[in-house]
Amino acid sequence: MLIKKASAIRSSEITDSEIFSQRRTLLKAAAAAGVGAATVSGSAQALVRPEGKGKAISGLIQTPYGKGLQLTDYDDVTGYNNFYEFGTGKRDPAKNAHTLKPSPWTVRVEGECEAPGDIGMEEIFRLLPQEERIYRFRCVEAWSMVVPWVGFSLADLLKRFKPNSRARYVYFETLVDKQQMPGQRRQVLSWPYREALRIDEAMHPLTMLVTGVYGKELPNQNGAPLRLIVPWKYGFKSIKSIVKIRFVENLPETTWWKLAPKEYGFYANVNPQVDHPRWSQKHHRNIGEGLFAGKHKTELFNGYADEVADLYRGMDLKKFF
Amino acid sequence: MFDIGIHWQRWLLKIVIFIACLMPFLFLLDGALKDDLGANPIETVTHATGDWTLRLLLITLVMTPLRRLTGLAWPIKVRRMLGLFVFFYATLHFFTWGWLDQQLIVEDILADIVKRPYVTVGFLAWLLLLPLALTSNRWSMRKLGKRWSILHKVVYLIGVLGVLHFLWLVKADLLEPLIYGLLLVLLLAFRWKHAKQSEKKRLTERQGKLLSGL
Repeated sequence: MLIKKASAIRSSEITDSEIFSQRRTLLKAAAAAGVGAATVSGSAQALVRPEGKGKAISGLIQTPYGKGLQLTDYDDVTGYNNFYEFGTGKRDPAKNAHTLKPSPWTVRVEGECEAPGDIGMEEIFRLLPQEERIYRFRCVEAWSMVVPWVGFSLADLLKRFKPNSRARYVYFETLVDKQQMPGQRRQVLSWPYREALRIDEAMHPLTMLVTGVYGKELPNQNGAPLRLIVPWKYGFKSIKSIVKIRFVENLPETTWWKLAPKEYGFYANVNPQVDHPRWSQKHHRNIGEGLFAGKHKTELFNGYADEVADLYRGMDLKKFF
Repeated sequence: MFDIGIHWQRWLLKIVIFIACLMPFLFLLDGALKDDLGANPIETVTHATGDWTLRLLLITLVMTPLRRLTGLAWPIKVRRMLGLFVFFYATLHFFTWGWLDQQLIVEDILADIVKRPYVTVGFLAWLLLLPLALTSNRWSMRKLGKRWSILHKVVYLIGVLGVLHFLWLVKADLLEPLIYGLLLVLLLAFRWKHAKQSEKKRLTERQGKLLSGL
């Protein structure tokens, strides 16, 4: 009989009780909201689905998020990306992102907080239990995927740096390095790529920092080693390869919003009632359904309205799009 | 070299160009049959047919200057076929959008044509190609006489609309549509310069005649 010695249990497998109880509440909330309607077919699908490539993430915790949703193929999730740091074509990132070195990697957390500092990826893996959550991913270009992300609630990381009362927004930056990111040799966007969330959006349990996909560490083209995922917002809000997180008091400028403010709002919440000036947002196409597939109706907040609509109560979503 | 006579050389050239122009379509057809058109096949087909419409349009517009610069006759002989391939790819592009993308929902199609400027100019360009394709035969040329060449000057406007269509749909990277735009401007500038020169020539000739008449 094999008995594990105490020392053989990795620290990542041990969850401190505070986080554990938080997660229980979160899971309960998710179940109550109907996010995780765990069906028999859903669990079966989770078992037979293809695994991702790359390094496995240890101590992966299954969650009911998105169980039963039909997953987008691994090859499409990792082969069809908008990541202008590696070229503007959808296939460019998968082709070019091998130049990125995701390890070692450090994220600087600064600004309006009590305990600013740097945190390395090893520490992130050590401190924060890695959960698998299946989310819908809706691009502003009217296509959509369903992705089994691995990561943790952004709030769990942010709390460690003790944001103060002036922290009204959380601002993010992607790496700038022309050697590692050849797409930055041209000023297609003004580098670094910048994004931001209101503090309550950032602290929302659905908002995720992602370290992996399909059970393995993130491929470079998906924003290795650490990216944001905000499932009720258009994909461009979900900034990739993050090196900086800053708590700020005033509304920060963000990349696409600044480039074309009439087309891309700061909020960028998925909303079928607010068209992009150049195309309708009422429908989307599911990636992987083929040449003759129809479109699908896009839902307000990408189907997460029960969880997040409260954040925008009383706001004119047509004005603050 | 084989001595196969000018007639057969022309035929051979036309067949080669015909096959070359058909290649992008055959690649798409092959990809569609093998289900190998990438994660977003409708986007792949839309972009490919759009790109080839613009590329062939520019190639068609190269033929006249090529003839004037080199004195060769064949560029004019293959111009019609190239032009018809522009129409072929533009039509594929239009139907990919209307059928595969918009699912033949007429109200959505009309709404987009009215509301989205890049769709408006793209649709307009395709509409303007119709009379050119219909009058590309010898019979129409004879029938329309001088008016035929005036009508077919619409191709310049189609080129401008085509480049605008591309320019207005990209999100941030303007490089590719600007390259198409620059090539179009060069080709139009050549024609403008040539038109001015022949105008001048005509004037001096007429002045010469007047003077000699005195």
